[in-house]
Amino acid sequence: MTPKKKKIEAVKEEEEKKGELDIKLKSAKEILPEKIYKELNEKLEKSDLSTAQKIFVVEETVRRYISSMIQPGEPVGTIASQSIGEPGTQMTLRTFHYAGLMEFDVTLGLPRLIEIVDARHEPSTPIMRIYLDEENRNDLEKAKEIARKIEYTIISNVVSEISYILGEPKIQIEIDKDLLDDKGVTHEEIIEAIEKLKLGKANVDENNPNIINVELNSDVMPEEELYDTKAFNEIISKIRKTYLKGIKGIRKTMIQERSYEENGVKKKEYVIMAEGSNLAEVMKIPGIDAKRIETNNIIEISQVLGIEAGRNAIIKEILDVLQNSGLDVDIRHVMLVADMMTWTGKVRQIGRLGIVGEKPSVIARAAFEVTVNQIYNAAITGEDEKFYGVTESISAGLIPKVGTGIVMLGMGASPVKPSADDTENK
Amino acid sequence: MPSKVKEEEKILGHYLVPKHRILSLEESIEVLKTLGVRPWQLPRISINDPIVRILNGKPGDIIEIERDSPTAGKYKAYRVVVSY
Repeated sequence: MTPKKKKIEAVKEEEEKKGELDIKLKSAKEILPEKIYKELNEKLEKSDLSTAQKIFVVEETVRRYISSMIQPGEPVGTIASQSIGEPGTQMTLRTFHYAGLMEFDVTLGLPRLIEIVDARHEPSTPIMRIYLDEENRNDLEKAKEIARKIEYTIISNVVSEISYILGEPKIQIEIDKDLLDDKGVTHEEIIEAIEKLKLGKANVDENNPNIINVELNSDVMPEEELYDTKAFNEIISKIRKTYLKGIKGIRKTMIQERSYEENGVKKKEYVIMAEGSNLAEVMKIPGIDAKRIETNNIIEISQVLGIEAGRNAIIKEILDVLQNSGLDVDIRHVMLVADMMTWTGKVRQIGRLGIVGEKPSVIARAAFEVTVNQIYNAAITGEDEKFYGVTESISAGLIPKVGTGIVMLGMGASPVKPSADDTENK
Repeated sequence: MPSKVKEEEKILGHYLVPKHRILSLEESIEVLKTLGVRPWQLPRISINDPIVRILNGKPGDIIEIERDSPTAGKYKAYRVVVSY
């Protein structure tokens, strides 16, 4: 009787414990972030721990998670700035404007980091990486065709020489056939573009198909100016700048082969690298994969794809720079920087014209840059100083309200009860 | 306007753009209560933001953003629509 009873009790106990584990897991799911919970769940399923041990593991995970959370009053901003700033000092020594990555010149290292946190409107070396959609991904010819469509081409890109003879109202344009084929432009397109300028009639030369003659109208080139080289040069520079095709801002394109893995299978695809950036226009081009298109112009991303995309772009760019320099900075610090920069809904720089300039405290602003101006202006507008922040508290010798400084020792406001002797004396 | 719809799809489908959703009034109140803040204390998003335009948001709306975080998996962030 007894061993059987024991067995039943053991099973019962085991079931109870399993129920307890389920409840623990459920409450853990509410507390833990998704990623940690998933990892915990997977590990528990694989392990051969007893139920009681599993319960302990879940409890311990939750306890450790809660104890590792940031405490109220922790100066996260100061920690973040030091965590990024200290490795940044080493970066200067190692890399400064590093030229690499195929034929493009890409700003990396500290100059790029400064560029990002300054929220410049245009990076010094804008670059786009344009992926193609599934149809054109593996087709080099199609990739070339799309690249030609994107590359900004003007007449001077396809012409070897533009000449004139003094005294004749005529300009001769000599086309470079190799360049023409490379850019994918036809003679007809050039003639059309020139005729749009309304200079006069444009014709292909009878003897040489690569020469275009432009007969200038008398209102463009009056007879008294026929011996004026300045007038001719003006017209020629106008012709040189004439738009043929492409997207404004994209100076050069290049096709790269990229290998990647998909479901364990190695694949190859062609990617267009472009010097210059114009996200809004490139997204409209058919044949590209608009969902994966990349640019390093953060302001442009925030204007075309929204502020949240801008936030993600800031995080990605800063991490890229740091990793390229071989620095290991925790992503949480970078995320905090990106959060601050996009807080108002627009990308703000970290500096006098951005985040620091919008601090409510006069002394904190004065401590950063242009001290005298800040104090003058504050005096004119009659600003108050509340001493809430760290910088102003330290300047004034007060305890800053961070960390342990945020906790006040309180004492009950009720008066000390008068003793029996006191009442008797009165 | 088929082209406009396609453009919106392109923007919303981009890998940098997280999922946005406008909260109803009841949900907004709930969110503000759990966070213990007033609307002006939330991070902001401009009414001219392309995503807000696609969702047709109005100033004062609270937008829930499902961010992909490398540290926490997925989490929800909130922004309030402002008129500038």
